Amino acid sequence: MNPSFIIFSLIKLVVVIGAVLTLVAYSVLAERKISAWIQDRVGPNRVAPPFVRYLPVIGPLLTRLGVFQPMADGLKAFLKEDFMPAGVRKTYFWLAPAIVMIPALMTLAVIPFGSQLGAQKMVLADLNVGILYTFGIVSLGVYGIVLAGYAANSKYPFLGGIRSSAQMISYELSMGMSVIPVLMIVGNLNLGRIIGWQAEQGWLVFYAPVSFFIFLVAAFAETNRLPFDLPEAETELVGGYHTEYSSMKFALFFLAEYSNMVASSAMMVTLFFGGWTLPFWGLDHPATTLGLGVAHILVFVVKMLAFMVLFIWVRWMFPRFRYDQLMDLGWRRFLPLALVNILVTAIWMWLKTT
Amino acid sequence: MSKIVNRKPLTFWERLYLPAILGGLRVTFKHAYSTLIQRKVVTMEYPEQKWTLPANYRGAPYLVKDQEGNTKCVSCQLCEFVCPPKAIKIIPPGPAGRLADRTNAEKMPQEFEINMLRCIYCGFCQEVCPEEAIFLQNDYSITGLSREEFIYNKEKLLSLGGVSPGIQKWKHKLEEAQAQENFPVKV
Repeated sequence: MNPSFIIFSLIKLVVVIGAVLTLVAYSVLAERKISAWIQDRVGPNRVAPPFVRYLPVIGPLLTRLGVFQPMADGLKAFLKEDFMPAGVRKTYFWLAPAIVMIPALMTLAVIPFGSQLGAQKMVLADLNVGILYTFGIVSLGVYGIVLAGYAANSKYPFLGGIRSSAQMISYELSMGMSVIPVLMIVGNLNLGRIIGWQAEQGWLVFYAPVSFFIFLVAAFAETNRLPFDLPEAETELVGGYHTEYSSMKFALFFLAEYSNMVASSAMMVTLFFGGWTLPFWGLDHPATTLGLGVAHILVFVVKMLAFMVLFIWVRWMFPRFRYDQLMDLGWRRFLPLALVNILVTAIWMWLKTT
Repeated sequence: MSKIVNRKPLTFWERLYLPAILGGLRVTFKHAYSTLIQRKVVTMEYPEQKWTLPANYRGAPYLVKDQEGNTKCVSCQLCEFVCPPKAIKIIPPGPAGRLADRTNAEKMPQEFEINMLRCIYCGFCQEVCPEEAIFLQNDYSITGLSREEFIYNKEKLLSLGGVSPGIQKWKHKLEEAQAQENFPVKV
């Protein structure tokens, strides 16, 4: 292994993790702002560090947009008392937030977020089994939540943990099944190759719309977002699996949810919406210049942000599913639909070759 | 008596959830559009924007002066007596105390304190005052950093209270007394 590879990988790693954590912080702000707009409110518009007052026009504008709110939120999370209830299983209680957060960030390793900058491929790990890796890591996320529910030694978190284990495992099946037609069409598990295929033949969402639909819904369930937020379910379970958590440990659960959103948005963009490519302006080839490379990254980020907004938007318009409805939808609707989808794709491909 | 509600089975489109989802997206988008683009915000951003208070609003009670800048209060202590939460404390001048700052008034309070933390804005003091010297005014946001700051003394109450263009009982008394003095003026 040559040293330049290690150095460049480290740089990419630091930049990606930094960018994702910033994105996560600001998606919390976006969540609050969009919810405010949908509910005819104003949203966070006050917080600003003292020097901003002296900026002429930009200062008040940024303050009204709540740009400084995430900093205040983060600071607050650090300054809160880290309360440990009596009777918790301490090791697991400490471990659970980390186990939730780590897989959420690890998923991002295989996402190609751009083509090339210079000679560097804009992906942390160009795995040949990218999709398998993602599904393997995503399924680890459930352990943190179950562990949090178990370690808290309290009824509401316990119920939340149980719900999440059942929900996430059910929807992982439909999610995995829904991607199989994509793999059949492309014939490769490498996410970079999948994007290359889409650049030549068109976005996969037009080839496999049913797959995309199932993947989208399953992504909502996997990230515990609102139509399927039964593990949290404030109205039923107080706070679900993180009822007993406070301070930075709670913030880690919170950030993990948003990192999961980032990861699944990135996955959807990569699998179904052509990743960093656009079919016009010559953006569909790996970049030869630095400018094009940056443009590719921007294209990817914009596509991803569109999905983030969709995640947030759906949260503020939809009531929660009942538990039996959730299970019914997962096992009796989406799983058969995904299987039929595989069959139909296979028949279609067979007809095309003969 | 039982009432049977006929629950129609859901149609195919309803069971698909999709029309409902699209409808929900439409409604939420309309709301976001009206707040964000058309600026139909109902929120009143408080410290910058404030309510217009009705004329009979009952805010914090303050002492008022008359048109000539005299203290109207005569330290009768009726308000102290009637105050349900015992927020008012009056120290009368005593036999050798300072006299009132206007003629024909017997006395004025040496000290007049209202504890704004105790005050319940009931308006009894205003109602009981024979001199029309204390009024519930428009202040509703009483703020401070310590408990001591909330005990308003006479000076503060007078400066906050301003001038009340009400009756000038003692002026009329004075005029009457003067009229008595020169009673047989017009012969």
